[in-house]
Amino acid sequence: MEELVPIIALGGFVALFGTAIVVVTSLIGPKPKQNDVKDEAYECGIPGQFSGHSKVPVKYYLTAILFILFDIEIIFMYPWAVTFGDSITEGYGLQFLAAMGVFIFIFIFGLFWEVKSKALEWE
Amino acid sequence: MGSDLVEVLINSVKLVLIFLLMVQLVPILVWVERRGSAFIQNRYGPNRVGPFGLMQLLADAVKFVFKEEFVPGKGHKLIFYAAPVVALIPGALAFAAIPLANTFHLEPFMFLGESWGPYDINFQGYNVGIGIVFILGVSSLGAYALLLAGWGSANKYSLYGALRAVAQMISYELALGLSIVGAILVYNTFDFHSIIAQQAGALSFTISGRELGIPFLPNWGIFYQPLGAFLFLVAAFAETNRLPFDLPEAESELIAGFHTEYGGMKMLMFYLGEYGHMLVASALLVTFYFGGYQLPFVSHVMIEDMLKSFGLGINMANVLTAFLFFTVFMIKCLIFLWIYVWVRWTLPRFRYDQLMDLGWKTMLPWALANTIVTAVVVFLARI
Repeated sequence: MEELVPIIALGGFVALFGTAIVVVTSLIGPKPKQNDVKDEAYECGIPGQFSGHSKVPVKYYLTAILFILFDIEIIFMYPWAVTFGDSITEGYGLQFLAAMGVFIFIFIFGLFWEVKSKALEWE
Repeated sequence: MGSDLVEVLINSVKLVLIFLLMVQLVPILVWVERRGSAFIQNRYGPNRVGPFGLMQLLADAVKFVFKEEFVPGKGHKLIFYAAPVVALIPGALAFAAIPLANTFHLEPFMFLGESWGPYDINFQGYNVGIGIVFILGVSSLGAYALLLAGWGSANKYSLYGALRAVAQMISYELALGLSIVGAILVYNTFDFHSIIAQQAGALSFTISGRELGIPFLPNWGIFYQPLGAFLFLVAAFAETNRLPFDLPEAESELIAGFHTEYGGMKMLMFYLGEYGHMLVASALLVTFYFGGYQLPFVSHVMIEDMLKSFGLGINMANVLTAFLFFTVFMIKCLIFLWIYVWVRWTLPRFRYDQLMDLGWKTMLPWALANTIVTAVVVFLARI
């Protein structure tokens, strides 16, 4: 917990700094005048047909799901990479390499599956 | 944060100074970008305000402060205001975890009539044991700021820009994370101080018990992980949404992407976040592949001894050495920041499907191949 103190302190300081900038500039600048045209979304000038919160293409959800899967797989490689050197000096490096080989094989299989099922095709 | 009052004070001041360093670097970087692009495109760039136009950004900042406050009519007020504040945080938190110079020792000294010390002071905001994992985790939080901005603006172009930016960031994060694994296999640690210490001296390999050295090259990570360094650099460009990967801001299709509705100081804060991200990427690249804060072939002990032989006190010599190494680190970082500018005005923009294909089908397999080859070579060399 001791390690977290400076991180939280800096995060709080930066958040306060940012909030202060936003508040102070909103106090200093000229006050906004209400105007229907100004309140329109910044587009082409023709009155908008839809509000900004439009539909999100499903492609982005798919990308996010695939990202989570692969990112977790990559995170599992980190502890392995850190301990790999020690495992060699202690004499069981080959087992470590083989275990990771199986894992990476599954990773590559997943990547091929993903490409083959056209999950990554963007029109 | 420290054992006594002075140490807590030093650590707090250090945190604030490192954050302000990041903030103060941004105007200079914007100036370098504008002058640099003008230089590359054979025109002048800002050259009226102050010497070489250096005061231009100060004038811009003053103008930003006096801009009218504006929230789009259908926008969500709280989210709209929160996004630029959130954009500042990840870069600042990540940059504070990177060591900017060597850890230096302070002998006991007198302050306010009392004796304080001795201290060992890290030239970084805080030393997190898991180093790189912390930075990757924190800096990927930057995606939230973009999503908040896109959603809060209630503008389709903002929303599409934000979605594109986030999809691109998370796709390249895979390649970024995987390209580091090779370097971790070589260094066997997450800790930045240890990684930098392993890059001291001249290049030397140990292959099956035999020592092979190249005396005229420094022992930098780039010589062990050339492909990893290149993949990291390219992925960092995509992470920071810079050209040739700046699809989120493709002016011809999306106006300006997620910050279309922003103006004045709030837009500047997005810039602070973006340049902070670039700074973190450059600092990581320097730390992992270019020897960190070290001068090639020169250790901090040598410089400290040299300064002491000129008759300086121990504390003075140590502090001066730390500042010298800090300068070296900043110069290395600025070289990479210049490469960002240079690439921006050299390469054209990708199409979105090409961008995603490059991330998933080219960079990810190459990073995986780099990991496998590194693991096998490390195994064969150390067995």
